[in-house]
Amino acid sequence: MTQVVDWGPIAPALWLVGGAVVALLLDVTVPSWRRFGPTMVTLVAVAGAFASALSLVGDEQTAFCLPAVRDGGPAGCSWVVDDVTLVWWVVVLGATALVAALLHPAVAEGDLPAGETCFLLLASATGAVSLAAAGDLVTLVIAMETVSLPVFALVGLRRADRRGAEAALKLFVASVVATAFTLMGISMVYGATGSVVATQVSAAVASGEAVSPVVGVGLVLTLVGLAFKVASVPFQVWVPDTYVGAPIPVAAYLSVVSKAAGLAGLTIVLVRFFPSYGDNWRPVLAAAAALTMTVGNLAALRQRHAVRLLAWSSVAQAGYLLVPLAAGGSGADVGALQSYLLMYALVNVCAFAVVLGASRWGATDVADFTGLYRRNMWLAVALAFALLCLAGLPPGVVGLVAKVVVFQSAVDADLVWLAVVMAVNVAIGLVYYLRFLVVLFRPDDLAPAAPRPGGVPDSIDAVIGLTLAAAVVLSVFPGLLFGPVIP
Amino acid sequence: MTFAGLELAIGVPLLGALVVMLVPRERAAGVVGVVAGSVVLVVAGWACAEVYAAGPSPGSSGGFALVSDATWIRVLDVDWRLGVDSLSAPLVALTAVLTWCCLVALLRRAPAGADSRGLVALVLVIEAGSIGTFVALDLVLFFVFFELVLIPMWFVIALWGDRDDATGRRRAATRFLVTTVTGSALMLVAFLLLHHETGTFDLVALRQSGPALSVAAQTTVAVLLMLGLGAKVPMWPLHFWLPDAHSKAPTVGSVLLAGVLLKLGTYGLLRFWHQVVPDGALEAAPYLGALGVVAIVYAALACLAQTDLKRLVAYSSIGHMGFVLLAVSTMTGQGLAAANFANVAHGVITGLLFFLAGALKDRVGSTDFGRLGGAVYGRAPRLGAWVAFAALASLGLPGLAGFWGEMLSMLAAFDPHAGLSRTTYLVYMAVAGVGAVLTTAYFVVAVRKVCQGVVDRDALVDVEPDEWTAWTPLGVAAVGLGLFPWLLLWSASAGEVVGAVSR
Repeated sequence: MTQVVDWGPIAPALWLVGGAVVALLLDVTVPSWRRFGPTMVTLVAVAGAFASALSLVGDEQTAFCLPAVRDGGPAGCSWVVDDVTLVWWVVVLGATALVAALLHPAVAEGDLPAGETCFLLLASATGAVSLAAAGDLVTLVIAMETVSLPVFALVGLRRADRRGAEAALKLFVASVVATAFTLMGISMVYGATGSVVATQVSAAVASGEAVSPVVGVGLVLTLVGLAFKVASVPFQVWVPDTYVGAPIPVAAYLSVVSKAAGLAGLTIVLVRFFPSYGDNWRPVLAAAAALTMTVGNLAALRQRHAVRLLAWSSVAQAGYLLVPLAAGGSGADVGALQSYLLMYALVNVCAFAVVLGASRWGATDVADFTGLYRRNMWLAVALAFALLCLAGLPPGVVGLVAKVVVFQSAVDADLVWLAVVMAVNVAIGLVYYLRFLVVLFRPDDLAPAAPRPGGVPDSIDAVIGLTLAAAVVLSVFPGLLFGPVIP
Repeated sequence: MTFAGLELAIGVPLLGALVVMLVPRERAAGVVGVVAGSVVLVVAGWACAEVYAAGPSPGSSGGFALVSDATWIRVLDVDWRLGVDSLSAPLVALTAVLTWCCLVALLRRAPAGADSRGLVALVLVIEAGSIGTFVALDLVLFFVFFELVLIPMWFVIALWGDRDDATGRRRAATRFLVTTVTGSALMLVAFLLLHHETGTFDLVALRQSGPALSVAAQTTVAVLLMLGLGAKVPMWPLHFWLPDAHSKAPTVGSVLLAGVLLKLGTYGLLRFWHQVVPDGALEAAPYLGALGVVAIVYAALACLAQTDLKRLVAYSSIGHMGFVLLAVSTMTGQGLAAANFANVAHGVITGLLFFLAGALKDRVGSTDFGRLGGAVYGRAPRLGAWVAFAALASLGLPGLAGFWGEMLSMLAAFDPHAGLSRTTYLVYMAVAGVGAVLTTAYFVVAVRKVCQGVVDRDALVDVEPDEWTAWTPLGVAAVGLGLFPWLLLWSASAGEVVGAVSR
């Protein structure tokens, strides 16, 4: 049988793969370009992927399609791109480009091997792009592993850093176990429904011909691996140590792209494969959302280390992100999830960028940021704005409106109790975001031991400026973000 | 798309705040602040004139003057809708006046320590957020402005608060913020429930479609609003954040917190309880009324036990807001008018009291009765006179604004809405009367401790010209509203309340 390949829908992934190979080869063949070459290739590849993704706006497009397994059944495709997919891609591609820029100083200074770093980053992004377009469970799990495997290496890549190696090992072991559960779950779903393709699985489940207890267990096990990516409770344990051990840009990548990939996978599995099982998975997700935000916020309250604080904050934010899925995953719910994710990705990268910049003069603890406003006003303003957006308070209006949208999906689904839990959590979250915030504006003579701020490399500055500008513009005109995303 | 001009009252202070941060010298920044505040004062006066000209009866735009309407976030049904009516106009004016007084006071009396430019900018942002809340005609916009006030106030307390107690002021600031945010998130849930039921966030439309909802739905919304806004008012027993926040805040922080921020809560209750979910509010009203009178008595007893002037004024605020809540809970047009009057009167008088407490603190270094040393009549006669005047106004001396606030609230409780138990409200009224007597007692005690006594310490610097400038508008307002209460009451006669009263 000849497989006709439609190159259009898969072009973004191909751009990234091509970029990964070129970046690696460039580093080996032209060592004199090592300083800028691989980073430039990465940015070009992402830009190419972005441009080719934009050309797909509109109708649903597919690739790698197979005819129906049995007569009268639906056909299935392994690669499905619709407008929802494109939003996941925007998050993944945008964050990947920003992380590449954040990695650049370390690459240029030789702390990280240039070619390998860019190769791994693009390879992982390829996985994330594929995951968001997955139309069958095998593509899904392979894409999921493609996201993870390069990240293990990225976490431990820093030369002569034993903490990084330990962090990588922790992440690796936990992730492999989670993947094993997912594989087990997929095999059960396949056994019960006779297919791994979305259209066929959902048809088999809806028609009731699949053995439902097996499908139910299979679904839960499949979700384990994805919940691990999202860092939902009870799979959040790896987060703080890994974030602290990893290079800070990689932590930013984990908190945004890896999480986005997990959420994309969750959405696909729940909405495309098991829509008729809503009554089963909705309460589970609602409980997971409530627990995740509560555990993340309570743990973040006690943190003194800046990256650790952002790590637990990202766990809490994952809880908010799960709320729209728990609400049922209708078109509006997915829109709510994606608009919150876009906001979160933007300001979280901004916060990590500032922390990365500050780490260059030795600031690691929250207390080391004392008086930052006096010494480096724009850095402090950017961090303050990002924290306010994460907390959901004006002037970070975009964060506030994103929270409103998430609340709305909970209320519209009659999950008022979850909305109330979230309300309490928003208040708890404030405590630690503001503890960080007030430090920035304190007179700097309160902390004579704090390291003296120095300069920040241009590429980090550019990321901070770009994300801050975007967050400010979106706070004045939130419609620019919410309009295109929410149907 | 129309912009009627209320944007000026929000935009000018925000712009002013930006300029203040960029001005290199603190003194110049203060002047910029006063200029911005003066512009807002003019705009607020204009808005009041427009409301007066439009008359108290609901017109074509639902009784609102200066209505702006523009698309903001279309996909969420959230629009930029502003407007002002006889309920919000007095509060806009109150905010403009109090902020102007604060900005004048900051010219020469910024708290030492941190850069005063930041404080001026934050005061302006608080003004913008408060006025925005009062004039927002879209629930989400209301929520955004409501929240906009919080972070600046938190900074004001946490960075410019009590210099001798860095941990205490941070704790007070955070407690204030966390309580309010929990409350406002519950309020948001109520708004989203309304949107879920009616499909709109538009306040004007909701005044039609809200009262048509089922009683059960209305009750859920009303209870959520009571808890959410109650944290802000503050309603007993959610008041626990207030005494600390007031006593640790710098003078301008206390003035704005008591004079303006508490009003955001009562305004919200008046607006939504009376006009959007009146049937549900009737179910919850007896409980709100009970909490109101408990607050009156509780606050009066607490005040008798205070040894610090600032804390005493703070606790007295809880009592005064109890009168407002009692008036709100009667669910009548008279109750609405009484609540609005008591709101404004409390803002003016308590604002003045906090200015005076701040002045004493500047001079003596403390507001503790023992360390103040008494005998302010002898040591600074004019200052003593101001303190006595403000205390008399606050305890409800006829002829001053505070009298009408208390009197009208009790009068409203005498004749509550037909759907409420009259007996219950008569009991409430009697208890509130006892509270009013106790209020007189503690203010008399306070005046005796602060002002009277034998002069055995150094004289104090008497009231200085900039203080005269900052306090006189409030003194004039206290007398003016006391002598001419119809200034605020003219709208009530026409039955401004759309929901409860018309049925």
